[in-house]
Amino acid sequence: MKWKNLIKVAFKSIVKNKMRTLLTMLGIIIGVAAVIVMVAIGKGAEKRIQDQIASMGTNLLTIFPGSMQSRGVRMGPDSGVQLTLDDVERLKREATLVQAVSPMVRSGAQLIGGSGNWNSSVWGVSEQYLEIRDWSLSSGEFFSSADVRAQNKVCVVGQTIVKNLFAGDDPVGQQLRVRNVPFRIIGVLKERGQSSFGQDQDDLIIAPYSTVLTRLSGQVHVNQILVRAVSLEQMESAQAEVTAIMRDAHRIPEGGDDDFTVRNQTDIAATAQETSSVLTMLLASIASISLLVGGIGIMNIMLVSVTERTHEIGIRMAIGARGHDILVQFLIEAVVLSLSGGLIGVLIGFLATWIVNMATDWVTVISPTNVLLSFGFAGAVGIFFGYYPARKAAALNPIEALRYE
Amino acid sequence: MSDEHAVILTAGIGKIYDSGEVQVEALKGIDMRIEPGELVAIMGASGSGKSTMLNILGCLDHSSSGDYYLDGIHVNELVPDQLADIRNRKIGFIFQGFNLLSRTSAFENVELPLLYSRHLEGEDLAALTRQALERVGLADRMHHFPNQLSGGQQQRVAIARALVNQPAMVLADEPTGNLDTRTSIEIMATFQKLNRQGITIIMVTHEHDIADYCKRIIEFRDGRIVRDQQVTQPRHADRDLESGHWQASGLGERP
Repeated sequence: MKWKNLIKVAFKSIVKNKMRTLLTMLGIIIGVAAVIVMVAIGKGAEKRIQDQIASMGTNLLTIFPGSMQSRGVRMGPDSGVQLTLDDVERLKREATLVQAVSPMVRSGAQLIGGSGNWNSSVWGVSEQYLEIRDWSLSSGEFFSSADVRAQNKVCVVGQTIVKNLFAGDDPVGQQLRVRNVPFRIIGVLKERGQSSFGQDQDDLIIAPYSTVLTRLSGQVHVNQILVRAVSLEQMESAQAEVTAIMRDAHRIPEGGDDDFTVRNQTDIAATAQETSSVLTMLLASIASISLLVGGIGIMNIMLVSVTERTHEIGIRMAIGARGHDILVQFLIEAVVLSLSGGLIGVLIGFLATWIVNMATDWVTVISPTNVLLSFGFAGAVGIFFGYYPARKAAALNPIEALRYE
Repeated sequence: MSDEHAVILTAGIGKIYDSGEVQVEALKGIDMRIEPGELVAIMGASGSGKSTMLNILGCLDHSSSGDYYLDGIHVNELVPDQLADIRNRKIGFIFQGFNLLSRTSAFENVELPLLYSRHLEGEDLAALTRQALERVGLADRMHHFPNQLSGGQQQRVAIARALVNQPAMVLADEPTGNLDTRTSIEIMATFQKLNRQGITIIMVTHEHDIADYCKRIIEFRDGRIVRDQQVTQPRHADRDLESGHWQASGLGERP
């Protein structure tokens, strides 16, 4: 029998039994649509978790001055070569996997302003600091690169300062004397609360590092250099790159020990990776189970269909259909059913994802791989679960099939 | 043992149904020879083996012993796929229950054997299908579904389906069993007309009135042939329909 005719016969059979066709496809439609929606929501959640963890500073690399060895005795940090603004400039110029760089100059200071005085710490950083830490302001603005270049006496203050010196009023535009140097407050940081170690993270003022170096601390070196890598995935390569640039800047010969330390927040990053991979695995398993159930549904209907159509198979054999013809007809039916079911499932999956997106504030990410995979799986399921009933049909004895009522 | 002239030649055909504990010998050595152009009625009571014989002749069932030559082909040696092709090319089968595919138009039912056929190359399948339907007088009903046709029309669709591949013979298993008397005679008229055109027809029936329209009657009893005779003057179906003779003779009464 010619293929064209076989396909014709199979299609006629599909079209003639609309109810059966629909019921068979339903399992696959729901399976594929569920997989697409679920994975889209899951991927969205994964992305959100990653974003949140990234905002905790997982992309952050911190460079500390290294320890020095003196006759076998290792000294603490700050005992050897210091980090300088030249290091910062080189990192800015040469590093490719780095999004932003800022020096950090720390100094304690007595503050006078508003209603009284307060002791706090002063951080001198670059205009990219907010971006590096993913912090934001509750009012006012952050200082610019022009402020850094001109060593302007401007600062951004934390919520604790606002509470203690300005009684909670917006202090933007007010004056604050830091170690008797008058600064103008241009912004207020958003509240960040306690750190996990119980530190008050709102008790600080932030000013351009150039101003802090010249006006307040009087030192030439910086305490730390903060670097933000372009992405979580690139952390390791970024760290390697930063290390190489620093070694070159400090002219450390090959084989020599680093005179600085680069730290990352590996454990947070690892947790983030683990969380999202567990989530992905969970979703993948639920997804495959629902597709499998859809596949078993197809097999079920195909088996019932073989039994129900035994008499029809007998008629077909009596007028000259070979076992192979019956097998191919049933296989074509199964594949067409599962592929068109898969296609409809993909469309419904897109639609449902769109509705979820509109109706809730969940982030959804439709991945093309996932769509292709579930569609391909639907086809595979059709062939796999269609084969057994088809073979059963093909093996029927014509006279027994004919007698079956 | 093969003979080029006979459509059917069997020697010692036996059939044993084995249901594990009980063995039933349905056929006990049937020798039969049917020439082209015959119109044969196989008669017998239920369980006489006549339908079993017809199924073996139609290559739907295997014999347990004996040899069967169909149109010179030794059927016993064929594998299932070859048997399927034989059924497709050489045999047209007509059933008591019509056995049309439901939700499938008359045209599509008749076309089906052509779709399964392997020897047709580039022929106009639609034209062949229409021709077969015209031969049974159903050209105007070809797009009706079986449930829109009367019993007699459905059986004529089945006859057209049996004829469409131009088979060597037509086998009919109680073709009038589900039909009223007038329609039965109409079907017999169709058979007689096709037979006059040269088609060999072998039909199973247990009604003597129907068998009277055939040219030869073979009677089965308990798996053996007990009578095989030529009918000297077969009834003429067309004439009976015209004259209404069948009503007067009480032909419609069934056993």
